[in-house]
Amino acid sequence: MTIDLSIPALHDIARGAAFLGTGGGGDPYIGRLLAQHALAKYGAPPVVALQDLPDDANLYTIAIMGAPTVMVEKLVGGDEVGLAVKALEQHTGRPATAILPVEMGGINSLLPVKLAAERGLPVVDADGMGRAFPELQMVTFNVMGIPATPMALANEHGEYNVISARDAKSAEDMARLMVIHMGGGVALSCYPMSGAEAKRAAIPGTLSLALGIGQAIAAGRRAGDPFEALLGYLRGTDYYRHCAVLFDGKIVDLVRETTRGFSIGRCSIAADGAATADMEILFQNENLVARRGGRTVAIVPDLVTMLDRETAEPITTESLKYGQRVRVIGASVPPIMRSPAALACFGPRSFGIEEDFQPIEDLI
Amino acid sequence: MRIGVDVGGTNTDAVLMDGRRVVATYKSPTTADVGSGIVAAIRAVLDASGLGPESIKAVMIGTTHFTNAFVERKRLLPVGIIRIALPAGKGLPPLMDWPEDLKAGVGGDVALVGGGREFDGRPIAPLDEAAVAEAARRFRAKGLTAVAISSIFAPVNPDMEERAAAIVRELHPDALITLSGSIGRIGMLERENATIMNASLAEMARHVVASFHAALAELKLDCPFFVSQNDGTLMNAETVARFPVLTFASGPTNSMRGAAYLSGLTDALVIDIGGTTSDVGMLVKGFPRESSVAVDIGGVRTNFRMPDILSIGLGGGSRVRPVEGPAENPGEVSVRVGPDSVGYRLPQEARVFGGEVLTTSDIAVAAGLASMGDPSRLAGLDRGLVASALAEIRRLLSGAIDRMKTSATDLPVVLVGGGAILVDGTLPGAARIVRPENGGVANAIGAAIAQIGGEVDRVYSYQELGREAAIAKAKEEAAAIAVRAGADPGSIDIRDLEEVPLAYLPGGAVRIRAKAVGDMAGI
Repeated sequence: MTIDLSIPALHDIARGAAFLGTGGGGDPYIGRLLAQHALAKYGAPPVVALQDLPDDANLYTIAIMGAPTVMVEKLVGGDEVGLAVKALEQHTGRPATAILPVEMGGINSLLPVKLAAERGLPVVDADGMGRAFPELQMVTFNVMGIPATPMALANEHGEYNVISARDAKSAEDMARLMVIHMGGGVALSCYPMSGAEAKRAAIPGTLSLALGIGQAIAAGRRAGDPFEALLGYLRGTDYYRHCAVLFDGKIVDLVRETTRGFSIGRCSIAADGAATADMEILFQNENLVARRGGRTVAIVPDLVTMLDRETAEPITTESLKYGQRVRVIGASVPPIMRSPAALACFGPRSFGIEEDFQPIEDLI
Repeated sequence: MRIGVDVGGTNTDAVLMDGRRVVATYKSPTTADVGSGIVAAIRAVLDASGLGPESIKAVMIGTTHFTNAFVERKRLLPVGIIRIALPAGKGLPPLMDWPEDLKAGVGGDVALVGGGREFDGRPIAPLDEAAVAEAARRFRAKGLTAVAISSIFAPVNPDMEERAAAIVRELHPDALITLSGSIGRIGMLERENATIMNASLAEMARHVVASFHAALAELKLDCPFFVSQNDGTLMNAETVARFPVLTFASGPTNSMRGAAYLSGLTDALVIDIGGTTSDVGMLVKGFPRESSVAVDIGGVRTNFRMPDILSIGLGGGSRVRPVEGPAENPGEVSVRVGPDSVGYRLPQEARVFGGEVLTTSDIAVAAGLASMGDPSRLAGLDRGLVASALAEIRRLLSGAIDRMKTSATDLPVVLVGGGAILVDGTLPGAARIVRPENGGVANAIGAAIAQIGGEVDRVYSYQELGREAAIAKAKEEAAAIAVRAGADPGSIDIRDLEEVPLAYLPGGAVRIRAKAVGDMAGI
């Protein structure tokens, strides 16, 4: 499937990425506007399928790292985006031939489209998560042995750092410290890789997937049932077809705390007319686990997303509010995300949840 | 004594109050020139009470005038826009996501200049004063008198916006300047949008405020007047002339605040049943619960404080249609109520008034819940149909109640608005039903009893200040803003406090939003 990156398509991708972002990844609105602005100026970049990449292609990722609150205020996504990749190209000596998304959630899903448009390069229909995660070692690229560094961090002042780290977790920790000094939100390019490496380590078709999800929700709204349309679309995919509405209700309790720079919390949802909350969702920026009646019904890396009950608009954990009326949807993820090595990297225990991963199809 | 006025799209209502007591009320059609409608309504309540203008200590006005002007794109000024942000903020220029027609009309000129602050207050860059001056001269040469200035993290530190305003004022003395830090919350695009909207309404605001002054002068009312804003608090005349945008969506807030006041309840659900819709909202500590989603006004995204209101298609003019029973029980009578309505044509189209349409008002008359028109015209109406329609109305309302409630406990429900007659007895989900006297003018009462508020929304460092001190500081600043706006310091209460830790950033940066409200001093 080839994608035509029109403005309506950007709206759909942003909405689909918000679903895949499972509550994290920042406000997809900003990412959509950034891409829209670049498209108006430079035209739409071509989209290339993962399997069509030449093995010797030089791929560079692009993402924004930092607090969503800083992103919505400073509107990150100016010259620093191009600079991060340029700094890394200089360091490796290999000019980019395509831009590879690293996460398909929130703002970072459409940032590669913006950069590809600016640079006149194709954007790859793939990423390293098929969703959003809070830390940069939590990506299939790392699981499959692609080094995270050299990586470059750049800000709007034209300042940049190229970091070499012993492993991806150490790269994450160093970058996190540097982000504070650099203004709270920076552009980041990491995991530079070849076409051959990407074919081994990336998840194919995730930009199309976000588009398809967004389109299904939009079409469902027009037809009167966005949830049915969304589930219908997911059931037609290879990897996300195990999906269900896990709960329908109202947020009756919301506890947040900030620990190690992350927004960690618990959200309790009660069914209409019920006296007690019967669904609990734990999140660390992204939703991690959904428990119904105390029993786990979906757990990371499978998807758990809360959506507005009327419109099926995905809700970010930052904008959760007491009293909101939501539906919780769970969905499976591709096998590459569920391997033992992948689960060691971004399974439940890497988020401090002392239980084993169980596929959603065994739970619902 | 005070007078509350609600200038709605259809009616202008006035209420004269002595303390908690409603002395007189009046409902009249809204006039094209807002002023004469206000004069007529106030004169009517004064006449009814037999009081002279000297006994009135304040007039409070709620109006949808500015919202409508923006939505209908009427009399909007082109705006000179300054964003203090460079080298940041370049990725998304101002007005980017505005509808084309508005962008063409309102986007007079845009200047991005150096400056702005980081989340922790450090400067991104020093303010580029020369670039601000150049923009000011250009605005002046183009005849742009409306100026909007926004700066990154202005809610954390507004100093660069203030300095830029001083420069513009010096070079362009006719400029009507709006600063983002005095308008909105964190979220640059939404705050900047509101700032530009406000600037585009600046001249009209001066006219409208002048016409309010003239109306009061004509009535020989020598007292201050206030205008209600969307969080249920008041601004004085000078403030509304500068910040008309803060009146956006004040209508539903006033109705809910009025219902709270009339019923004496602070935590309850309010159902305002009008002709076409029922608006359901939740009162928490006497104020409407706010919506958490971004709100589009006239196609422009904002982050205004809006009450969380659920509107359903049920009102006094809703159509009632019989529908055939289910296949397994074809004899069963069931009905559909709404969502379409005869609206303002109720006095012509309803059966009791000689029309042909069966409406919910007809059902209320047939059931003996209300008396209006000619009940004999309903003589042949099937009793089963009437009962089914009443059951359907109850089902619609109890569904709405359930969707708005935040806990399973049954809450008291306050019914206001002309359509309150549709409800017989109690409702599932309601602990009890309260039907306050004068519920038909709840909006004007909400305006009359509104308080003075102050709000801060800033990022604080818990590591530097500690949580307790940071929260205390936020509360103190909110209270100081309320007192400056005219609240009695002794009556200040912190109504709302929200902490949102800034994710992904260690260092204990937390965004705190605090709202203080108090009674108006000296009335």
